[in-house]
Amino acid sequence: MTQLLLLAVINGLIVGAFYALMAIGLSLIMSLSDVINFAHGGFLAVGAYLAYSMAPYLGFWGGLIVAPILTALLGLLVERFLISRVYGRDPLYSLLLTFGLAFIFEDVTRYIWGAQSLPYQVPGWLMAPLSLDLFFLTGYRVFMIALIVLVVGALFWVMTRTRLGLRIRAGTLDLETVSVLGVNVRVLRNLNFGIGIFLAGLAGVLAAGQLGLTPTIGSSLIMQSFVAIIIGGLGSLTGTLLGGLLIGLAMNVTAVFLPSATEAVIYVMMALVLLVRPQGLLGEEGRF
Amino acid sequence: MTFDVKKQTPNIIVWVILLTLPLWIEHAGSYIQLGTQVVVMALGAMALNFLLGYTGVLSFGHAAYFGLGAYGAGLTLRYLAPSTGSAVVVGVIAGMVAAAVIGPLIVRLRGVYFAMVTIAFGQVFYFVAFRWNAVTGGDDGLTNWKRQPLHFGPVTFDIQSNATNFYFFVLAIFALAVAVMAFLLRSPFGRTLIAIRENERRTRFMGINVNLHIWLSWMISCTFMALAGTLYALLNNFVDPRALFWTQSGTFVIICVMGGMRSFWGPLVGAAIFVWLQDYLSSLTPNWQSFVGLVFVAVVLFFPRGVLGILRRRALE
Repeated sequence: MTQLLLLAVINGLIVGAFYALMAIGLSLIMSLSDVINFAHGGFLAVGAYLAYSMAPYLGFWGGLIVAPILTALLGLLVERFLISRVYGRDPLYSLLLTFGLAFIFEDVTRYIWGAQSLPYQVPGWLMAPLSLDLFFLTGYRVFMIALIVLVVGALFWVMTRTRLGLRIRAGTLDLETVSVLGVNVRVLRNLNFGIGIFLAGLAGVLAAGQLGLTPTIGSSLIMQSFVAIIIGGLGSLTGTLLGGLLIGLAMNVTAVFLPSATEAVIYVMMALVLLVRPQGLLGEEGRF
Repeated sequence: MTFDVKKQTPNIIVWVILLTLPLWIEHAGSYIQLGTQVVVMALGAMALNFLLGYTGVLSFGHAAYFGLGAYGAGLTLRYLAPSTGSAVVVGVIAGMVAAAVIGPLIVRLRGVYFAMVTIAFGQVFYFVAFRWNAVTGGDDGLTNWKRQPLHFGPVTFDIQSNATNFYFFVLAIFALAVAVMAFLLRSPFGRTLIAIRENERRTRFMGINVNLHIWLSWMISCTFMALAGTLYALLNNFVDPRALFWTQSGTFVIICVMGGMRSFWGPLVGAAIFVWLQDYLSSLTPNWQSFVGLVFVAVVLFFPRGVLGILRRRALE
């Protein structure tokens, strides 16, 4: 039982880190541009499949580095030519636009790579368990966690220590003033979107190694990311990280005791948070 | 009340088309079930538009209430009673109760945040339908039940095997629901909702309890959505979890926008276009989902006012 619970906790943290990676990207875009990017899952799938297609040429490590970058470039183009055109209009339109894009992404990935699940090869030495007692703790899982910690750490550094991060944070508070102060808001939003999509692409490659590849890999993860944002508090990256880890833990621990409530539990948590603290655990009051 | 012909023209056109539909639909190369589907989707979209277009609140989770209605009706016919009437009543109550409970949690939120929370809450019902295999049939859907003929004393109205009769049954419910919504929108209550849409802060300063009004509008909207869901289940004699998946919510929103959110009949026009287009595209290509996505993108970029919005603008010019 102890081991089962330990497994659930470790799995929960891994899955949670995953949701957090996706949720942080969504949250960045939502805070600065007021856009819920429903196509986020689509970008995640694109990242995963690109890594799969590049694996024969670049290997696992090459794919891990190149695929998220290519996904981010695609994100920059989509933002520049489609999403930026609906800024300043009723938020309804940006939601519908990304909704339509989500449909297209999923269908196109299915068209190119097929509907059936594809295996994604991770180097053998990474898949081996680290010790016999903790058989479920493969090197890949530890590696995933380490990489996510590294990337999120780097993101926090960018957000707090660089001029770009400063501008993004200022922009989420008052975009108009930032624009008046001479910052090119169009470029700022574009880069911010790119960063968010980079995280989605990275999450996609990591997810491919853990879950295998299906065209619906993204849309099956996006709801949990929404819940992570709502629980953690919109506008707070630390909150989103915390929200992701919390729901990952909650889902996996619940799966041990009451498997049928695995998904329901996070919505109960969301309802409780909205009831007690509508702005989310670490969100600021009065923003929404 | 005087009868203003010019003002009533749109209503007359709509009702003449809907009432004569069984006469011409097959000559137009389509079939009666598709017409029924248009009316059902139109009812759902008009219910959503009560909130979206007239109260200005961005809900993206309405599929949940559509699905609750559908499952309420299906489960009633499967397990409780072979009665179409009770099925509709149970489905509607299920949707209404769920909306009433969730309402207080979300009325404080606005804009995209409201959209995100409603869509996330909507997923709860999806997972319940998906996971609760023993009762709902899980991913395979709820089968082994059929809509039942209606009995009015000694008279029986066969909506079970006669598709045209079923169309008129759906149309009658549609007419009733639409009349209630039109009445509500013309009442002081409806005018208050429009005031909230136009300027929430000013409405609040006038001493109006905005959150209460949004909660009521949300409940009314979800209740009619559930009604549309019950009809949808009866139409197909089948429900599956896809009826309440989040992508279904987006479909209802795009129907409203495509037809024209600011027009009463806009969602009906949108539903006619969308249902026909989906039927046509899915017969043409297995990649119809991409084309539906393209329709979303095209509507947003090129026709944000929708068909009736464009027509109205032309008329004004």
